[in-house]
Amino acid sequence: MSEKTAPVVELKDITKAFPGVIANDRISISFYPGEVHALLGENGAGKTTLMNILYGLYPPDGGQIFVRGKPVVIKSPTDALSHGIGMVHQHFMLVPPFTVAENIVLGSEPRKRRFFLDMEKAVADVEALSDRYGFKVDPRAKIQDISVGMQQRVEILKALYRGAEVLILDEPTAVLTPQEVVELKEITDNLAQQGKAIIFITHKLQEVMSMSHRITVIRSGKVVGTTAASGTSPVELARMMVGRDVVLKVDKEPVTAGSTLLRMEDVWADDDRKLPALRGVNLQVRGGEVVGVAGIDGNGQRELAEALIGIRQVKRGSIYLRQQEITGLSVRDRKDLGLGHIPEDRQRTGMILDFSLGENAVLGKHHRAPFTKGFIYDTAAVRDYGEQLLELYDVRSGGIESPGRSLSGGNQQKLVVGREIDSDPDLLIAAQPTRGLDVGAIEFVHRRLLEQRAAGKGILLISLELEELLSLSDRIMVIYEGQLIAEVDPKVVTEEQLGLLMTGGQVQQRGVEGA
Amino acid sequence: MITSLEMQETYSRRWERVWISIAAVLLALLLGAVVILWAGRDPLLAYGALWAASFGSWRGFGEALVSITPLIFTGLSVAFCNRTGLFNIGAEGQFIIGQMGAAVAGYMFTGLPALIHVPLALAAGALAGALWAGVPGLLKAKLGAHEVINTIMMNYIALYFTHYLVIGPLKGHSYLPVTKQVLESARLWRFLPPTRANIGFFVALAMAGVVYYILWRTTLGYECRAVGLNAEAAQYAGINVQRNLVVSMMIGGALAGMGGAVQVLGVQHRFYDLFGFTGYGFDGIAVALLGNNHPLGVIAGASLFGILARGSQNMQSVAQVPQEVIGIVQAAVIIFIAADYIIRKWIYWRRPQGAGRLRAKGES
Repeated sequence: MSEKTAPVVELKDITKAFPGVIANDRISISFYPGEVHALLGENGAGKTTLMNILYGLYPPDGGQIFVRGKPVVIKSPTDALSHGIGMVHQHFMLVPPFTVAENIVLGSEPRKRRFFLDMEKAVADVEALSDRYGFKVDPRAKIQDISVGMQQRVEILKALYRGAEVLILDEPTAVLTPQEVVELKEITDNLAQQGKAIIFITHKLQEVMSMSHRITVIRSGKVVGTTAASGTSPVELARMMVGRDVVLKVDKEPVTAGSTLLRMEDVWADDDRKLPALRGVNLQVRGGEVVGVAGIDGNGQRELAEALIGIRQVKRGSIYLRQQEITGLSVRDRKDLGLGHIPEDRQRTGMILDFSLGENAVLGKHHRAPFTKGFIYDTAAVRDYGEQLLELYDVRSGGIESPGRSLSGGNQQKLVVGREIDSDPDLLIAAQPTRGLDVGAIEFVHRRLLEQRAAGKGILLISLELEELLSLSDRIMVIYEGQLIAEVDPKVVTEEQLGLLMTGGQVQQRGVEGA
Repeated sequence: MITSLEMQETYSRRWERVWISIAAVLLALLLGAVVILWAGRDPLLAYGALWAASFGSWRGFGEALVSITPLIFTGLSVAFCNRTGLFNIGAEGQFIIGQMGAAVAGYMFTGLPALIHVPLALAAGALAGALWAGVPGLLKAKLGAHEVINTIMMNYIALYFTHYLVIGPLKGHSYLPVTKQVLESARLWRFLPPTRANIGFFVALAMAGVVYYILWRTTLGYECRAVGLNAEAAQYAGINVQRNLVVSMMIGGALAGMGGAVQVLGVQHRFYDLFGFTGYGFDGIAVALLGNNHPLGVIAGASLFGILARGSQNMQSVAQVPQEVIGIVQAAVIIFIAADYIIRKWIYWRRPQGAGRLRAKGES
């Protein structure tokens, strides 16, 4: 924190160009021991690229890195660790059937008599490390049995075990529940007090304010400025990030709901383990209406979306689109009848990472004209359409031929959202449509969804973000253990009441009815 | 809008794979040279003999084409299936059954003009291969049974089933375990007599074009590639994954089967009982790997493996280097490609100029 001490890591004029994009344009930042330093920026602003350079995953095109005042060349994560720089990625790299201690010592295991793994020492080391920083992890627990928050701590411990003095956390809060975020803050505070430097990549304004000491904002590959967290506000940060004023609340025009577009009658379905996941769901969505589905993750939201689009078999009950029963139809038939879907996991189900952006832009509508003529796949038409889509949805990329994998997470999401909305479906199932997006992009997606609503289309919004549900929905259904247990009016319900309903609690108040 | 930078990117990405393959081949030849030296022989003489076997005379060249042709077919078969996420170890069996199919069609239909009989016999081989591959395809789609296990089993069934046929119902010779000879009208024209080089080679090249067209210019190919890269996302996009698995397995089988047909109609003129696997199907796996599952790469990979196989005997007689050295070279090619990480890392770190790195080095 104190500017008087020497910086532990200094980046000077770091430049990195990818084809078509300058990801980092002469970026200079200093990181000091004992500070939590946030790198804030929009999706694709260049935060992760910068940290990947520092961690030795990409070579920079220009600029220098100094560690404790000495210029260094970091060619690999091993180099980075030898300079005391550790990184925790957004997607964890752990071996699920191994224990916490086994994962932490993996690659630098303590041994006895040269050839034998000294597990007792590993456990003792991990326990000592965990106690020192207040991590509260059980070294003997298996990764597959512990929560995501705990797994993240294991990742942090892994870096500390290897002697990290500088810890890079890439979007650490994206996977955490609000309670776990509070616990993470305790840990980062603790680490900073003991002289570690924490670099924290994020695009979430609230967390930046509460968790970090200093904040550096990056926009389009350039440093906009560095400021102390105590001397700024979310509104100011949003402006620095996006380069213009951002409306943090959406305005929703009243729309008269039309005829029923989607009807689910007593729908039952099993999850992957063959346990009942949907237990008698009744639901209607009308044209010009956004119906929100609120619930704690894992209460049947995924199965609900999958049953609707035709991936998951419905065991009992029926689904109607307009007047037509679609219960037994294939995914493609449902799509062709006007059902759209923004999948919740862009990388796993939303796109094909090794397909080009053009090929991804037509995924799911590739069999229709103008992309298919007879049996021929028209690459020129795909290319034209893809380029339009990238432009329209502001997907920042290295060109239509670059692979989906080359996009940052937020830009991948924009591509998927754009592809689905652009098909103009009568009924759109939007599962976590703004997951991982920054404020500017969230505003954009929300506006698009409301445009669909204004055009008389129906939207089923499945989201874990209460704020999003409350500001977009006309009605909110609460899902709990596979049942829609309540319907609430977003105009009168509070976040607390909604939170209580989501845990299966009862609320007696106006505008809240058990369904 | 395409900037020149973007062109460069796709360009360099594509060429990186090519460089890896070329580097692997050179490293493997180098390793082979070391082994030859170690055995007290002259590597230059040995490799000279290897080269001369295929390029020293028209006769050698023609015979080189004969060894390359089946590898193109099996390489394409494995490559097509790989692109759709299937590991076709069954090209060997599909090749064998294709040989049998073409041999039967070649002698059974009499009185046909060559213009009809040749395509018919080729189609019979392709169809036999497609049906043979369709079985593991269906088992995978319907029951989730892994295609690797089932294609291997189908290889043995093909081997022993054809063995039964040529010693039993289809035996076409008084004492040899072979079928009847295919009729003149079904034989592929040999264009470089006295070598056995025949127009089957051009059929193979044409099939490489067809595979390219299917994969990148048809909706079927788009869907097959989607299934191969991410079956779950393909399913979400409304692609019938099961159907695509069966279809792509059958296309792979048809390619290998047609390879078998070309071998019979152009080279052997009858089905000879096999006492073991031909090896073409298994080498096809290596060819596809070397060619990065791309039709052009398959042609290059098949050429290399064909030339190596053809030249190994000459190498033995001229330079007294045992032909097994070629087996070492072929194996080393595969190992170096599988270990592409090292080559890739080297290319990757050489590309950026890294002004900062150089300066940092100078100062420290």
